[in-house]
Amino acid sequence: MILTAVLVLGIIGAIFAIVLYFVAQKFKVVEDPLIDEIAEVLPGANCGGCGKAGCRAMAEAFVKQGNMDGLKCPAGGESVAQKVAALLGCTPEVSEPQVAVVRCNGSCANATAKNKYDGLHDCAFANSVYAGESGCVFGCLGLGNCANACQFGALSIDTETGLPKVDEEKCTACGACVKACPRGIIELRNKGLKNRRVYVACRNKEKGAAARKSCTAACIGCGKCEKTCPFGAIKVENNLAYIDYTLCKMCRKCVAECPTGAIHAVNFPPLPPKKDVAAAPAPAAAAPATPAQQNA
Amino acid sequence: MKTFKMGGVHPEENKISTNAVIEQMPLPTQVAILMNQHLGAPATPIVAKGDKVKVGQLIAEAQAFMCANIHSSVSGTVNKIDVCKDMTGLPKTAIYIDVEGDEWLESIDRTPDVKRECNLEPKEIVAKLKEMGIVGLGGATFPAHIKYSIPEGKKAEYLIINAAECEPYLTSDHRVMIEHAEEVCVGVSILRKALGVPNAYIGIESNKPEPIRVMTEMARQFEGIIVEPLKVKYPQGAEKQLINAITGRKVPSGKLPIDVGCVVSNVGTSFAVYEAVQKNKPLIENILTVTGKKLPSQHNYQVRIGITYNDIIKQAIGELPATTGKVISGGTMMGKAVSNLSAPTTKGAASVLVMDEAEARRAPETNCIRCGKCANACPMGLEPYLFSALVKNNRVEEAQAHNILDCIECGCCFFSCPANKPLTDEIRLGKFKVRAMMAAKK
Repeated sequence: MILTAVLVLGIIGAIFAIVLYFVAQKFKVVEDPLIDEIAEVLPGANCGGCGKAGCRAMAEAFVKQGNMDGLKCPAGGESVAQKVAALLGCTPEVSEPQVAVVRCNGSCANATAKNKYDGLHDCAFANSVYAGESGCVFGCLGLGNCANACQFGALSIDTETGLPKVDEEKCTACGACVKACPRGIIELRNKGLKNRRVYVACRNKEKGAAARKSCTAACIGCGKCEKTCPFGAIKVENNLAYIDYTLCKMCRKCVAECPTGAIHAVNFPPLPPKKDVAAAPAPAAAAPATPAQQNA
Repeated sequence: MKTFKMGGVHPEENKISTNAVIEQMPLPTQVAILMNQHLGAPATPIVAKGDKVKVGQLIAEAQAFMCANIHSSVSGTVNKIDVCKDMTGLPKTAIYIDVEGDEWLESIDRTPDVKRECNLEPKEIVAKLKEMGIVGLGGATFPAHIKYSIPEGKKAEYLIINAAECEPYLTSDHRVMIEHAEEVCVGVSILRKALGVPNAYIGIESNKPEPIRVMTEMARQFEGIIVEPLKVKYPQGAEKQLINAITGRKVPSGKLPIDVGCVVSNVGTSFAVYEAVQKNKPLIENILTVTGKKLPSQHNYQVRIGITYNDIIKQAIGELPATTGKVISGGTMMGKAVSNLSAPTTKGAASVLVMDEAEARRAPETNCIRCGKCANACPMGLEPYLFSALVKNNRVEEAQAHNILDCIECGCCFFSCPANKPLTDEIRLGKFKVRAMMAAKK
């Protein structure tokens, strides 16, 4: 009795095993072991900064292409690029390291709240219903969509200024915050020599008077910086200045010239105190003092 | 008494300005007339700086399909055409006019007599609505000439006039029905003629006994106008709910009222239609309720379009009480907070509702306890708690599959939520994301 049962089950098992063997042979998926190796090297945060669905998809793309042309893991930076290059046997594309920069200086002090928002705690929603507490249509809403989007804990909303601050050590320039901001305030800029950067911390395209009405630190599009810049790195368009970081030589002449302090210079040593009194007001002198700039 | 079948809530009515007779708001020194006061594309200005304009003169033309003409609400000189921040603080184009006197176009009949006969053909009526820039005054500001041009292959069977005024606080429709019952009935007859339907139904909630009495009496003198008292339930004034209440029909998901043979207009719109067709008066004025529990006086005003909220507040109550928490245009359920009081009023403005700090603030949000009250309250049969979770996790496609776009944003879910979750806000964000996704796919 027992023997029959064992025999029947054994034979059925053997038949299935043979069928399964042939099916497995027929439909075998050959996967390059390199994919696993590269996926192991990638940061594994699945931030999407590379434009792929996740790190594994990026690894597949690397292997499929066989080299690194046009593919870049912004979160991994140089070290990851070198490891991937070693595995692929190619030379990594050298690119300047970048960092997220918050182009708004509408802190609680500069852009005082004219009303109080108590709706859904989401920038995209607030942006769809109204201008914001300060009345600036271009400014930071301070509800933290960027901070929520950051997989690396590099962004947080400063309780004092109400603006996001970037932890430069942690920021991998994956660009998730850039996509999360409904007002396009965050930009990826080259880290620059010794982490020093000069940029316009404003996005307001309104005319000067209107811009100043909502924020005292707004760019008013006066064009002084454009005239001052010896390298032609600054362009004023639609009442808003923009500094091209590839051309900027960080002389900081524009910082001293800006009447509203909209141009920020970060990670510079403090200016010597005995400078031209008229030309070195708030922006440059106060740069290291305000938390927004320290962390920008 | 009739009402709609699914969901609904009954917020505190607070109709404290029902006895305030409609007053005429004095003219300010300057008005700003926005170019997008209606659903659709902004109108194109046809006047230039320095031009003299009269009351009722066409100053901006509808060039797109979904657009409405805009007329000057005052007489004077065009000061500038410039950016103007609307009540939400967003920059829009506006024509600024310095007020000089009050000179009306000769073609406008300003006599108080009511003119009942209308000999225009349906097509001519629709053309007149277009010329006079009439838009729906129930809240959505849908251009009337588009609504009353019935697409080919479809047939209107019912004309439904929304006089439910289910929003708390608002009383402008209430006053219009009492003070202008005859004009409203003439307006309804004109719309009935434009559609070629046998009967028009005026739905009025039973918390308005006086308008029901006045309108029923007046409707007897007109052919095919039936006044239908309705059980008090919010959002009775929403078009799909009103259709359900009066005809028992249900507008399917993604369809329009005309697909079930209905056309819905607001009672305020029928008054505007009367003035446009019979008196040649474009839509340059609307009736606003100025109300609030802490205000010294309650008002209903006939206001020229383009007067700022500040001007209205100054005229009505002097200045805002110190404890003011919010100023809302519209009712407490669907109204929008006015963050910029120096913004001009538009065709769609229904009220200036001043809420006290304590009344205005939202209670702190706690966790969802899965009680299902929001799903019970939803008049569209949706599941707000589900959308809340889906939107938070960016599961936009699933939200779309659960018909998030059917939401009419009435606010019943948020109103009924014991955890004070901002469900309506979340759903609006979800709809926004779904639309963005659909646009990206195209």
